[in-house]
Amino acid sequence: MELGLSAFIVFFAAIFTNNILLTNFLGMCSFLAISREVKASLGLGLAVIFVMTCTSALNYLVYHYLLVPLGLEHFRFIVFIIVIAAFVQLVEMVIERSSPVLYVVLGIFLPLITVNCAILGVALFMIIRNYTFLQSVAYGAGGGIGWTLAIVAMGGIRQKLKGANIPKPLEGPGITLIIAGLMALAFIGFTGMIQIQ
Amino acid sequence: MDHFFLSLIALSCLGAGLALLLEVADSYLGFYGECEIDINGGEKELTVQGGRTLLSTLMEQGIFIPSACGGRGSCGYCKVKVTQGGGPLLPTETPYLEPEEVKDNVRLSCQIKVRGDIEIEIPPELFLIKEFRSRVESLRDLTHEMKELRLRLIEPDTIIFKPGQYIQFQVPEYEQCPESVYRAYSIASPSREPNGISLIVTRVPGGLATTYIHEILKERDEVTFNGPYGDFYLRDSTREIFLVATGSGLAPIMSILYQIANDGISRRTTLIFGARHKKDLFYLEEMEALKQKIPDLEVILTLSRPEEEGRWEGERGRVTNVLEKIIKDGANKEAYLCGNPAMVESCVELLTKKGIPGELIFYDKFG
Repeated sequence: MELGLSAFIVFFAAIFTNNILLTNFLGMCSFLAISREVKASLGLGLAVIFVMTCTSALNYLVYHYLLVPLGLEHFRFIVFIIVIAAFVQLVEMVIERSSPVLYVVLGIFLPLITVNCAILGVALFMIIRNYTFLQSVAYGAGGGIGWTLAIVAMGGIRQKLKGANIPKPLEGPGITLIIAGLMALAFIGFTGMIQIQ
Repeated sequence: MDHFFLSLIALSCLGAGLALLLEVADSYLGFYGECEIDINGGEKELTVQGGRTLLSTLMEQGIFIPSACGGRGSCGYCKVKVTQGGGPLLPTETPYLEPEEVKDNVRLSCQIKVRGDIEIEIPPELFLIKEFRSRVESLRDLTHEMKELRLRLIEPDTIIFKPGQYIQFQVPEYEQCPESVYRAYSIASPSREPNGISLIVTRVPGGLATTYIHEILKERDEVTFNGPYGDFYLRDSTREIFLVATGSGLAPIMSILYQIANDGISRRTTLIFGARHKKDLFYLEEMEALKQKIPDLEVILTLSRPEEEGRWEGERGRVTNVLEKIIKDGANKEAYLCGNPAMVESCVELLTKKGIPGELIFYDKFG
């Protein structure tokens, strides 16, 4: 019960108080690039949720049942990256088969999830923070949902901004970074509420 | 030392396991099996291996859909009506499709993949589009910067085309051209001579195709092209015909003139051919011969800079000056224009002003 509850807390903390994007600033490149419209950001967000949840589970198993028993912890970076890469490749195949539209919308950013630092970040945080399996999966899913929440919110704001009169030098990435900063400020306000490490 | 091997084995096994997983996934997810392509309601049925784009699948089967960009989705020419099995409309297609086309199930064949049985409709003349192997029969200078390239067909040995249409000439790889490219050239020869075609090639400094044709290509060399393409051809009516050409734009116009001569079309016809200097004029003997065959043909040559040449008794000025002078009103007339885009645009503007309706002005712009 204790374990289940803390996994639940980790899940919520990962979404709101310790949002991986807005408090750790991981996964920024696709956050800035694919947040022009809500629809595309939601598509990418869903792919990230899926990849993050599954890879955190896989990476947990590989780390604790393969690397730790064999004393190969120092290989964790390369192993995590290989696992993530293989998994993204799998997701790409599934999306291409099942939704050609989403496949075209995501374009190059789908394979780029491979090097989305938020995903490797989740895998490394779960090791550093000594999470259990359940907590790791909860952290992965929460991290993914938090990332999606942030990118969809940004997508919504940028969609609204299309007609806005923005000073020329700030158009595009400039104003996006300022908005990201303000959003981060708001999210950092939550950080004291729950401690997850 | 044991630990060293252990780590190698462990990592290799992990890699092999993931590779196996992806291989299995690919054989299920990336495999579409055999698909049927039904063209024009059963007129032609193809059985193909699925998984590739409709454009390249059709091309492999010998059906050439016009495409200028080679399937990159940047020209929007390869439109095909897909009535069944095309899947959802992709965001990469929408910029090139009009709302009516979307409603009509028109798709870009380079963007959609053959994922199952598919039904498409294409204009029957696309079946005539083939890839031709041919041999250079002659290569002669028409002017100081233009060459006439005559090709004799090898395989297939005849071509069916409408006078005025163009082909895509394949420029092979050579030193300045790292990958093979296609360039469009109008056919200048009569459609009555189906065993060969003539093209007119103006030298463009640094042009990939023109440099190849002007400097590298020799007689008896083998070249490949595909075609015919285009909707620039003589319309059937009784209206008076105005043919306007500048430079190598004369090519499709000559083919149309041969058609008028060979088919005995008795419509009043005026050819206006414009060039800069006297030395830029060509095909003058051919025009004389055509005048003998077509009683109602008038040929007007005009030079925009005749003073540098000495004696010139023809018209002076641009083709638009001639049109302005000879066309009183637009009634019962139709026009065929071919040449550089600026000439075509100013002629269209002038002719519309004269009262020739836009749908009776046909043109082919040479970029």
